[in-house]
Amino acid sequence: MTDTLKRPQKRNPVLPLRLPTLPPGARSRAAIQMSAAVAEGRFELQKCHDCGQLQYPPRDACTTCLSIKLEWTPVDGRGELISDTLLHHSNELYYRQRVPLRLGLVRLQENITVLAHLHGDCPQATAPVRVRAHLDKSGQAVLIALPATDTPNMADDRILREMTSDPKFRKVLVTDAKSATGQALCKALSDAGADMIWAGIAEPWKQTPGFDAITKLPNVTVVPLELTDNRSVQDLAASIGAKVDILINNAEFHRNTGIADRPGTETARAEMEINYLGLMRLAQSFGPAMRARAADGSVPSTAWVNILSIYALSSLPSQGTFAASKAAALSLSQTLRAEMRQAGIRVVNVFPGPIDDEWTQLVPPPKLAPAALAKAVVKALQDGVEDIYPGDIAQDLFNKWRQNAKALEREMWDQ
Amino acid sequence: MSAPETPSDVLREMTKALATQRLRIVDLTQTLSPRFPQIVLPPEFDQCAPFRMEEISHYDDRGPGWYWNNISFGEHTGTHFDAPIHWITGRDLPNNALDSLSAQTFVAPACVVDCSAEAKQDADFLLTADRLKLWEKEHGRIPAGSWLLMRTDWSKRTDPVAYQNFDATGQHSPGPDITAVEFLVHERQVIGFGSETIGTDAGQAANFRPPYPCHSIMHGNGRLGLQCLCNLDLLPPTGAIIVAAPLKILNGSGSPVRALAIVSS
Repeated sequence: MTDTLKRPQKRNPVLPLRLPTLPPGARSRAAIQMSAAVAEGRFELQKCHDCGQLQYPPRDACTTCLSIKLEWTPVDGRGELISDTLLHHSNELYYRQRVPLRLGLVRLQENITVLAHLHGDCPQATAPVRVRAHLDKSGQAVLIALPATDTPNMADDRILREMTSDPKFRKVLVTDAKSATGQALCKALSDAGADMIWAGIAEPWKQTPGFDAITKLPNVTVVPLELTDNRSVQDLAASIGAKVDILINNAEFHRNTGIADRPGTETARAEMEINYLGLMRLAQSFGPAMRARAADGSVPSTAWVNILSIYALSSLPSQGTFAASKAAALSLSQTLRAEMRQAGIRVVNVFPGPIDDEWTQLVPPPKLAPAALAKAVVKALQDGVEDIYPGDIAQDLFNKWRQNAKALEREMWDQ
Repeated sequence: MSAPETPSDVLREMTKALATQRLRIVDLTQTLSPRFPQIVLPPEFDQCAPFRMEEISHYDDRGPGWYWNNISFGEHTGTHFDAPIHWITGRDLPNNALDSLSAQTFVAPACVVDCSAEAKQDADFLLTADRLKLWEKEHGRIPAGSWLLMRTDWSKRTDPVAYQNFDATGQHSPGPDITAVEFLVHERQVIGFGSETIGTDAGQAANFRPPYPCHSIMHGNGRLGLQCLCNLDLLPPTGAIIVAAPLKILNGSGSPVRALAIVSS
């Protein structure tokens, strides 16, 4: 049974910081597709269209019949651990820091053998196990075998925690804690056992209903944060930047206008100032310290979450300037992901549909409740995925976008 | 000392008085900083941008020998000046914008009415015509062409939350009522009204009849506004000269100013 994770001790400040290293990250073009599926929370392997043989690792032609018609197909993951070993030595810097490591071969029920990390609770071979795919610190798919049934404190496993960003005992910054989503996030993070939640607030003279209750949560500390003001962002980073393990950027400016129905560019500019440039300012001020601390002791910095919008993928013309700002933020977040990956920090993008708040009053349901969004964010961190599409609308539009982005563009015209 | 006989004599006297500090300059200006709050309109309206500053270079690879910033702000940010064109009532007046206002209007005497005791008691304190008449009994008639500055010590509220002073019914800060504005505009011909609060009107002035009387009536009659002033407690009730020159913005409705008062020691 996994030992319960204890509240980590403070770092000994006279010892050198453990520097971030990465597991080998080079992958073939086919293997990158497996990682892409895992990033969206799916475990898929290639299946031969001609002979039906499952492939592992990913490759360009079938190992049985040489057909190149390989199709990605979901894998259940159940199988049998047929051998296991303990790795004591590696020339890879990342593994040198983490040996000994348990590894094993698992025969999946789909009749293929895979190499997997072993969860600490996995019994010795032979034994039934569940194989899951996760992203490692390099952002690439690796497999980990879990015991056949859940065990107590499973999520606290050392290797699993390397691949996920569970908020438990972690210190989290929520960039706009006053909004409906911000309040829900603070609550959900508190419930998930976050050690500290910094609740960022802009324009402190504006009071928001419900926020008082959030500030009374025992692990919440209110901090000033104006994303439109570089100095404010720098000041907060100077104060807490070296302690933030997870940054959740939920701050947004949201109005319901297209191009023709509101003259001028001031609303669009205000949206860009927070939704796009705000992210840029946060990345420049908080990014470096988070990258430096990505292997810091038992609680390293681990993840960066952006609350984007499903309309970042395809514009909703009735909220066109908002969608454009979110599309800009999406593009920037991809750069941020590439930069943060060098230290092993996961950038999680969240693509909700309409959220049930004051800026979607005239949008008919279904709308995503702020609490549901917060729950999805915490789950994404616990699962270690990169992109999530919480709620029915987001799921529906994401599927349409994957199938035919051009057709979706036309469908959005009258929504 | 004999009275100066020519304009050059006046300036010579003034130069000497400034050098010997018989005349002093009082800075009436709040520091233009990103922390200083900006006026808040209901969110369905477009907002005045707060003061923001982005570094261009700081003796670094972006510019090795020099430090400078790009700044941005709305016209009505920090200690600022309102031109008549700011309000719809003043839109058709001649010379109503920053570039067309006569430069002569930027230097004018001031009457300072001390309402600090009342404002301390009541954040919604309103300055009335009767209160102004009482002031005149003590300090003499408000001269035409002078500023009427309302001292409330509101500028000493350095916490932006206390300065804005919002609750669920809106903002609570002192200002003039309609009788005061009518009196100053029509019976005293002031050049404008100045305040220490975020606007020349009271915090609750959206609910007055008419709404925002100081903006509506002052600007409708070609008069000016100054707000977010400070150091009014260092001014005499009469006798100070205000120098408040806004930026010369084409068709501009307002501008941050470095507002100064010349006072005799």
